Amino acid sequence: MPKTLYQKLWDAHVVHQEDPSSPALLFIDRHLIHEVTSPQAFTGLAERGIPLRRPDLTIATVDHSIPTLVGRSFPLKDAQAQAQIEALEANVKAQGIRYYGPESGHQGIVHVIGPELGFTLPGQTIVCGDSHTATHGAFGSLAFGIGTSEIEHVFATQCLLQYPSKTMAINVNGALPEGVTAKDLILAIIAKLGMDAGTGYVLEFRGDAIRALSMEGRMTVCNMAIEAGARAGMIAPDETTFAYLKDKPLAPKGQAWEEAVAYWKTLASDEGASFDAVVELDATTLQPMVTYGTNPGLACGINENVPSPEAPPSHTQASDLADALDYMGLTAHQPMKGLPIDVVFIGSCTNSRLEDLEAAARVVKGRKVNPNVRALVVAGSQVVKEQAEALGLDVIFKDAGFEWREPGCSMCIAMNGDAIEVGQYCASTSNRNFKGRQGKGGRSVLVSPAMAAAAAIHGKLVDVREIQKEAIHA
Amino acid sequence: MPKPITHISSRCVPLNKDNVDTDQIIAARFLKVTSRKGLGEHAFSDFRYMEDGSPNLDFVLNQPQYAHARILVAGHNFGCGSSREHAPWALVDYGFEAIIATSFADIFKNNALKNGLLVIELPEAVVSQLRRDCEANPALRVDVDVEAQTVAIENQTEQSFEIGAFWKKCLTQGLDQVGYTLSFADQIKAYEAQRPTFA
Ligand code: SF4
Repeated sequence: MPKTLYQKLWDAHVVHQEDPSSPALLFIDRHLIHEVTSPQAFTGLAERGIPLRRPDLTIATVDHSIPTLVGRSFPLKDAQAQAQIEALEANVKAQGIRYYGPESGHQGIVHVIGPELGFTLPGQTIVCGDSHTATHGAFGSLAFGIGTSEIEHVFATQCLLQYPSKTMAINVNGALPEGVTAKDLILAIIAKLGMDAGTGYVLEFRGDAIRALSMEGRMTVCNMAIEAGARAGMIAPDETTFAYLKDKPLAPKGQAWEEAVAYWKTLASDEGASFDAVVELDATTLQPMVTYGTNPGLACGINENVPSPEAPPSHTQASDLADALDYMGLTAHQPMKGLPIDVVFIGSCTNSRLEDLEAAARVVKGRKVNPNVRALVVAGSQVVKEQAEALGLDVIFKDAGFEWREPGCSMCIAMNGDAIEVGQYCASTSNRNFKGRQGKGGRSVLVSPAMAAAAAIHGKLVDVREIQKEAIHA
Repeated sequence: MPKPITHISSRCVPLNKDNVDTDQIIAARFLKVTSRKGLGEHAFSDFRYMEDGSPNLDFVLNQPQYAHARILVAGHNFGCGSSREHAPWALVDYGFEAIIATSFADIFKNNALKNGLLVIELPEAVVSQLRRDCEANPALRVDVDVEAQTVAIENQTEQSFEIGAFWKKCLTQGLDQVGYTLSFADQIKAYEAQRPTFA
């Protein structure tokens, strides 16, 4: 029987199943932890008086509540954040877990550092107490977010009790037009499906538009699978995947590398494998996307108008759309182009890798941030920051008037003091535009890095392709 | 470990909203804690409190007729978004024992059940009718029987709900899932022994 990528990974990780009505014990190959969702799991483990089973399969960093101000120093002024970081540091030390802290040169957002260290590999089961763990599925792994009780469960057993998910193929055919990016693609997919169509499913992204993406682009796509309600998104590994991983610090070396690649090549869904649901999307018709509502499914092309509650998208009720527009301060039929922007945030596990910063820097180069805009660039990791500085991107951003910050989640979740204010519009490269997500009363507009950069320059939403054209003709 | 639950009998709070995300249930600024306790006061904070910290009397949780209700009746896709278990911790700490909705997000559902917070999916027509009934009659009693998998709404026909045999055992017997998994320690060891070196 032909199998899907998901079925292959599932079958390869089932340790035991007591009877058909019981969940399977699924072995977990990789566990990433951070300061916010792990302390209670360590406490639970200590209360049980049992050891952490596989510290060698676990890594830790600090990202969610750590400040991103340049020159950040410890102890932090925020006593609660300091206590969380101290708890993590004490726990990883006691358990012998590799820790990529602020002094390591590798600190960063968990979903940025896992891949760049080569800790994330194809064919694995990967979990983290964070819903954007789906990011790692870009490597052809089964990666999903878990809660703190499940973190404790993995600590104690290196397994999770799981029932299989349904599978959904998302076939994206044709080539993305010039100026349309992976972020626009995933926003278009979520806008089509709605924010919960993926509940109970694992998404496999397929088709030539996906194959043509870099690993960074694939991570952006899988990262937001959860925004369509799917716990995991995945892309079969190929030469692009192997080239990215080769020589990464924790990736297999020598003979082990050869064996690994040979295995990884067997993982792609078999010809004729059947999915529980199939969605087709034509990449050639897409344009840069913007969100207008309070969930990522409420998104449209930059050249489109805000929909009316009289004709809401098929996945959204009229009253929910009306409520979202009210919160966003938008009116039906208003063009999205030209919406004034107060804050621009380039960062988060969706779009804070080198390729993202390069795309933004190309738009920013030689221009100035609009005086009405506060603009931040927060690299996803210390490694990304260093690579960007080696290319002089920091100078481009700083000359233009951007803040160039230390790595962390920052304004994606607004836990560390980086927040937007009531009523402000923020063009953000992050993944959630929920009410209050980036600061109480703040209004988020999710966009690609190039679109965010263009909004910073113009002080309003613009179609970045028009600026790119200008630059070519100038 | 949560204590076993077999029956819940309570009045209900109607929360007439779809897609209640975990950022709304517990905002990120309250996640800087290292314990599971005490999050109830921050549940639905942005709705419950005004700018100056006083209670927003328009919000249903602040209305005296719904005080002490232990069942929340929501809409569709409850608990979407972040994986933070702080969301069910906050709901349990607030005093909820069950949530009735037309659907739940995957991660939230798991997190809730692990904390003994029962999640009950019922058809749209039943859920919206129940919300209206609770609005009209806040004293309306609802009885949940976990073993029988039924919801009995006062003076109405019983509704049955799905909850897999394993989860039922966990809830009604307070089965510890870590303990259950470790009872298969030999199988885990055997699996570990055959993993490829590169994995
Ligand atoms: S960047 Fe945002 S979405 Fe990503 S892990 Fe951090 S808080 Fe979560």
